[in-house]
Amino acid sequence: MATAEKYVGGGVPRKEDPKLLTGQGQFLEGLTLPGMLHAALVRSPHGSARINSVDVSAAAAAEGVVAALSGADLADEWAAGLPMAWPVTDDIRIPDHWPVAQDVVRYVGDAVAVVVATSRNAALDAAELVEVDYEVLEAVVDVEAALADGAPRVHESFDDNKSYTWALTNGDVDAAFAKADVVVAERYTQPRLIPNAMEPRAVVAQSVPSTGDFTVWSTTQIPHVAKVLFALTLGIPEGQIRVIAPPDVGGGFGSKLNVYAEEALCIALARRLGKPVKWVAGRSEGYLATIHGRDQVQEIEIAATSDGKILGYRVHILAAMGAYLQLVAPGVPLLGAFLYCGCYGGEAYHFECTGVFTNTTPTDAYRGAGRPEATYAIERVIDALAREVGVDAAEIRRRNFLPAGDMVQSPGGLAFDSADYEPALDRALELLDYDGFRSDQAERRAGGGRRQTGVGFSSYVEICGLAPSQVLASLKYGAGGWDAATVRMLPTGKAEVVTGSSPHGQGHVTSWSQIAADALGIPYEDVTVLHGDTHVAPHGMNTYGSRSLAVAGVAVHNACGRVVDKARGLAAHLLEVAPEDLEYEAGTFSVKGVPDRTKSMPELAFAAWTAHSLPEDSEPGLEASCVYDPPNFTFPFGTHVAVVEVDTETGAVDLVRYIAVDDCGPVINPVIVDGQVHGGVAQGIAAALYEEATYAEDGTLETASMVNYLVPSAAEFPSFETDRTVTPSTSNPMGVKGIGEAGTIGSAPAVINAIVDALSHLGVTDVPMPASPERVWRAIRAAQGGEE
Amino acid sequence: MKRVSMTVNGVRHEADVESRTLLVHFIREQLELTGTNVGCDTSSCGACTILMNGQSVKSCTVLAVQADGAAVTTVEGLASNGDWHPVQKAFHENHGLQCGFCTPGMMMAAVGYLDENPAPTEEEVRLALEGNLCRCTGYHNIVKAVLAAADDMGS
Repeated sequence: MATAEKYVGGGVPRKEDPKLLTGQGQFLEGLTLPGMLHAALVRSPHGSARINSVDVSAAAAAEGVVAALSGADLADEWAAGLPMAWPVTDDIRIPDHWPVAQDVVRYVGDAVAVVVATSRNAALDAAELVEVDYEVLEAVVDVEAALADGAPRVHESFDDNKSYTWALTNGDVDAAFAKADVVVAERYTQPRLIPNAMEPRAVVAQSVPSTGDFTVWSTTQIPHVAKVLFALTLGIPEGQIRVIAPPDVGGGFGSKLNVYAEEALCIALARRLGKPVKWVAGRSEGYLATIHGRDQVQEIEIAATSDGKILGYRVHILAAMGAYLQLVAPGVPLLGAFLYCGCYGGEAYHFECTGVFTNTTPTDAYRGAGRPEATYAIERVIDALAREVGVDAAEIRRRNFLPAGDMVQSPGGLAFDSADYEPALDRALELLDYDGFRSDQAERRAGGGRRQTGVGFSSYVEICGLAPSQVLASLKYGAGGWDAATVRMLPTGKAEVVTGSSPHGQGHVTSWSQIAADALGIPYEDVTVLHGDTHVAPHGMNTYGSRSLAVAGVAVHNACGRVVDKARGLAAHLLEVAPEDLEYEAGTFSVKGVPDRTKSMPELAFAAWTAHSLPEDSEPGLEASCVYDPPNFTFPFGTHVAVVEVDTETGAVDLVRYIAVDDCGPVINPVIVDGQVHGGVAQGIAAALYEEATYAEDGTLETASMVNYLVPSAAEFPSFETDRTVTPSTSNPMGVKGIGEAGTIGSAPAVINAIVDALSHLGVTDVPMPASPERVWRAIRAAQGGEE
Repeated sequence: MKRVSMTVNGVRHEADVESRTLLVHFIREQLELTGTNVGCDTSSCGACTILMNGQSVKSCTVLAVQADGAAVTTVEGLASNGDWHPVQKAFHENHGLQCGFCTPGMMMAAVGYLDENPAPTEEEVRLALEGNLCRCTGYHNIVKAVLAAADDMGS
């Protein structure tokens, strides 16, 4: 298909913007339906407790209250517990997970009752009147403590707090370590993070009692997946559920990639009460009731030669699942399991992960999901190796890069498409002026001032576009890796693109319009993109894991190709020539050698609609669909560089430069891609320097609101310097890879490596995340022989 | 219930409100101006920022009764006669928004600040916006947009 790239590759301003800039955004909190009721939940204040009784009588009698129900009252509503779709091993322990707890609460925030009232305030007020008698039990909030002998059990039905152990071995690991000149072993902790999409979660469920039909609006990344799972959880025939992710969903980062208690609950309440029921999370409530991310302990060992060539890897991680298994939580570490060798070579590789229950909010996929953790470990340990063997941090990476090429075998077991890691490192070093930086650093060190400077590198490779579906089956993932698109030429010559992706800030409407406008040769403004409604887009696997462009976007591209193919047949028929006698360019078919005999796409769209004269065996209309299941993952990569200044007296870190050179293949919209990098990098920097959710021993979330969980503001960041190399993927016809998570994956180790580099002359080799001034100060003190 | 009257986006409103009603809830629920978002419950995120008598304030931190007699501007009142405010234009042209949830508050904070300081430096813009959180953009293009708007308004 000849595609004139008029829009693809250009930074056209987004179609999404006008309504969002003028206050006309259609976020779910603004949705009101006639007769709508409001739900408020009563949540456990204890990390672990037995529920002796729940007395809802005072709440039920309060003004405006329509219903007040305990977990036991609601038990018959569930055909199944909340779903978990990634049972990573055959012997994984999967606990019951009821939307409202029935006998035991297992984390602070576990729901114990719900109050439904005619206004949100009435519901919230009455929720305060629900009396719950608890027998408080001992809680455990730390993964290592949870595995200790005699630890309190999160689920009494299991012998201990282990959910599963998953392992992977490639090559002879012991032999690689036996012949190594050096072995470097490090231990890192991945703080628990709260995703903090700016829009709190919300749901509205409406039933039509006479037909048994349901419409569910939810701030979700996965309307199609949720529809299947709502049907299973609530025992409603799938065809009678319509799920709508509102036209505007205010960010997700994985936190809206789930099936939550409140979604199931609102559907159940709508069924029970015959009226629409709405629930909107407060921010602090969301901190308890929306998934958290990370919370892992990592032990990584690498074996290497004396000149720093890595031979083998050994990785053991403990991953907190929280109190229950949310939708894909057990699989999150697996997304990193193949990446603890980064973009480097070696002979042998062992990875082992144990998923652990703790009395904490369940974890699940948060931006990067498994890949930031893996990248952090390898990018930190390779710096440790560089120090051990006395090789420069940039050079040690260069020495270990996998060779450039396509389908390059990695020690982790995957074959990476489009590998070419040196140019991104070279470009980053050039933007940095590495030699200049090192001489400035040497001067400062010689001067002995309190403000010292350091540089940190992170050369990452990651995995996007999880597919094909058969490979996902081998990982025991419960869904497919495909996505769907329908492209429809309308009689007036405009086009409708129906996509299975479900955007929440990524700009799919703009990017898909660019792809379709070029392929169909029509103006960008003439493309409409429909998404997020299971009645409009019948198929979709939705938006997570940086998959949208590499899967759903390619489906749009392929469907456009099929529309053009069909149009060619119609043009040939109307022009009375053979299809192969036509040339196609920019939306116009012309007869070869007779350029004034043409049919344009709008003309053909109208002719296909009137259907007055069609080729034999052709159906009216100009429309095609594609369900695309890619043959492989895509593997974006890049090198990120952080430059910091550290006040050696106070431990305060100032991030002064941040350079990101990424390779996501060909770019549809460079402005959107840069924006994804900026936001991703900011979340990784935030993890490195500021954010950490902590629990008290009794299971109380100490960082329970935005006041004490530090989401950084503009004042905490510099401007970012971005550039790209372009190495097309061979996993799809567009060569695209994905960029939604790369920034988050690459950034945290670059920042911490920079801090360590700034303090290396003082003997500092590690600073834990988040590198608060206190932690940095303690690391300096400890390195200098003082107390930590 | 208390009687309040205020001018919102140039239109005078009178209504009875519960004493505990926050200004943001009054704006969203009683006036049905849903462009101003609520992103937290601790006055941390700034999504609900509006102008009250020309000053940017977090409307979750003001009771509706405190705004009695005030002139309020929300994101819906930023454009005039269909022409976007320079800050709206700059956010569009510089990709200063992704999901758009923080955007109304972020723009109102920027409008309020540029009125105080029409020619800020990058550092000043970053400090001025520290009460407004965004999770999508890393602030890079927001800061760029505010500086571009300042240029546009100054020229």
